Amino acid sequence: MAAQKLTLAKGLNSGLRAAMEADPKVVLMGEDVGKLGGVFRITEGLQKDFGEDRVIDTPLAESGIVGTAIGLCLRGYRPVVEIQFDGFVYPAFDQIISQVAKMHARSLGALRLPMVIRIPYGGGIGAVEHHSESNEAYFAHTAGLRVVTCADPADAYWMMQQAIASDDPVVFYEPKRRYHERAEVDLDETVGAPLGLHQAAVRREGTDVTLVTYGPMVKTCLQAAEAAAAEGISLHVLDLRSLSPLDTGAIAEAAKRTGRIVVVHEASTFLAMGSEVASFIQQECFYHLEAPVLRVGGYNIPYPPSRFEEEFLPNLDRVLDAVDKSLAY
Amino acid sequence: MAREGDAVTDVHPEGVVRHHENVVTPPGEHDITDGGPDMVQFLDAEGNRLATNETNAPYAAIVEALTPEDGRAMYRDLVLVRRVDAEGHALQRQGELGLWPSLLGQEAAQVGAGRAMRKQDYAFPGYREHGVAWCKGVPPENLLGMFRGVNNGGWDSNENNFHLYTIVIGNQMLHATGYAMGVQRDGAVGTGDESRDTAVMAFTGDGGTAQGDYNEALVFAGVANAPVVFFVQNNQWAISEPNYKQFRIPPYLRARGFGFPGVRVDGNDVLATYAVAKVALDAARSGQGPTLIEAFTYRMGAHTTSDDPTKYRVAAEVDIWREKDPIKRMRGFLETKGYADQEFFDGVDAEADELAARIRKACQEMPDPELPTMFDDIYVDEHPVVAAEKAEFVSYHASFEGAGH
Ligand SMILES: Cc1ncc(C[n+]2csc(CCOP(=O)(O)OP(=O)(O)O)c2C)c(N)n1
Repeated sequence: MAAQKLTLAKGLNSGLRAAMEADPKVVLMGEDVGKLGGVFRITEGLQKDFGEDRVIDTPLAESGIVGTAIGLCLRGYRPVVEIQFDGFVYPAFDQIISQVAKMHARSLGALRLPMVIRIPYGGGIGAVEHHSESNEAYFAHTAGLRVVTCADPADAYWMMQQAIASDDPVVFYEPKRRYHERAEVDLDETVGAPLGLHQAAVRREGTDVTLVTYGPMVKTCLQAAEAAAAEGISLHVLDLRSLSPLDTGAIAEAAKRTGRIVVVHEASTFLAMGSEVASFIQQECFYHLEAPVLRVGGYNIPYPPSRFEEEFLPNLDRVLDAVDKSLAY
Repeated sequence: MAREGDAVTDVHPEGVVRHHENVVTPPGEHDITDGGPDMVQFLDAEGNRLATNETNAPYAAIVEALTPEDGRAMYRDLVLVRRVDAEGHALQRQGELGLWPSLLGQEAAQVGAGRAMRKQDYAFPGYREHGVAWCKGVPPENLLGMFRGVNNGGWDSNENNFHLYTIVIGNQMLHATGYAMGVQRDGAVGTGDESRDTAVMAFTGDGGTAQGDYNEALVFAGVANAPVVFFVQNNQWAISEPNYKQFRIPPYLRARGFGFPGVRVDGNDVLATYAVAKVALDAARSGQGPTLIEAFTYRMGAHTTSDDPTKYRVAAEVDIWREKDPIKRMRGFLETKGYADQEFFDGVDAEADELAARIRKACQEMPDPELPTMFDDIYVDEHPVVAAEKAEFVSYHASFEGAGH
């Protein structure tokens, strides 16, 4: 198959389709995923082609969705569940934290829960409350879950298939404000999926400051790098892709490369992914550092009403401001 | 794909809820236009007063006691609430609001419930209860802030005993129940004092009845015999999912299983919703515990302004429900009875125009909030992290001033 220009949304849709074609045990579940194709149309057309038994419109009950997905896993299925928006995962929190994350260990390895929990996340779309959150840290904090996020259509396509193929439960974060971004995706199995699900990717090579980021902020960081280049500053951009586990090798390499690191994400900074990355870097790369690791993220307030979100979310100015601070050391 | 003129039936391979039979049926036709013989109803589609029958008899006295003036007031509410909604919709289309969830078609359910509440009764809404807000005296302008994105609530719920809108489906059902448990502990039930005895009303949709929180609320309310009335607006759809994807037995019949009565009422008949709500609220206030009311109605518009219903439902279904319009019906009633004349109807329409203009102006003039206020009201007590971030934010912005930024 040749390369195609796809949106991130279509990349996810194609990835789901490929996984369903490859394995009849893959089933999709969630609110409105059938005829409507989900509120973001990620599952569009799949019920039509795979039937109601494989693309299941569930009752409006997130704990029910994840809890029954556990049962389906125990019966040999590979459910991919859709949580409609980030802020609606909390009713399912108990099932995910108490059961999904721990069942493999509790059974001493006998039971597997090969489930993918898809969560459209992040802000910037002018939504009402509970529709713009970045709650990845809650899940990354919990052992037993893999947490990943894609940033472009190719990753959407390949990572979705890898997540479904994984025998571990995967929380799959989709950057909703990037759903409509387009890029070339090579659908060829022999050349596609160059990276494992657990690996970080260098998105831009640079020598002065490293930006460590993921999901919706990858694009913002690449734009910042572009802007910085115009001023003669060379930024290195590392896309984490996997939030748990972290690709510590890639982080160390990127950190050592410039000795100056800024971590960028949408989530509030307190006890977030940035805290973990910064702590890892100071522990493992201390002698390579030219400046303290800085963090740029959402403020430590609940995600604000949409008229404030441009200020709440990291933007080019705030990223570049942090770069300047780092360089000033 | 739905097309204009498609049949209203939707064949579901595993059997469906036939509402009037109240049980799971074998595969067949899905009829969501018939509320069945258990449904309390006083007005037919033209607004003729239906004779007293076994189902509506317990509520007939309440309807009899209504004066022509009450009838006109109800009609006025229906029209004004519809106008508030239409204005919200228009404002969204013009980019003044980010989103609007329309109540079109559900006016009678909400006005009946809202008017049956007393001042001290407390309402816990979802996000579509603009009609209840109206009856509780919340200025409609207040509802716009959240949808415009300037706040996440925007009114003091204790001013009118109307709680903030709740977006996460089901959450508020438990809050209502807990509030009712508080009312109980305050001794504000069963005293016989009309101004003291208090009931609580919790609102959700048919989809909401699937949530854990909803079901837990019903368990708590039943166990506590709390003075709460659960008001389910069964508008037949939860975004794209018809309600046979949410339950196999209608909500009003499930109430029994939680230990209290359930009633189905014609949600497009304001006399019926008022009477049924009044009986349930009186029961709650007098210490007889919870009731579940299922208002059988229809969501005439899209789920919200972000939704496209042509993807999942057929136009013919909407047409059938248009015939059951709550305003047309109440108007028919007032006219047949000679309770209102043209001058009255024109007066209400003029009032609706004024209200619409007022809301529009208020919306357009709603100031964008001062940016640093996003750090306010996160905590009650001083919080050093938030305080430091606010200070940093302010000085960061000050650094741009005069820099051509
Ligand atoms: C916990 C939760 N999950 C998902 C959603 C997204 N959502 C918003 S409205 C809605 C459908 C609600 O249907 P229903 O309860 O029937 O009420 P209606 O909107 O029809 O009044 C869904 C799934 C949500 N708001 N909260």
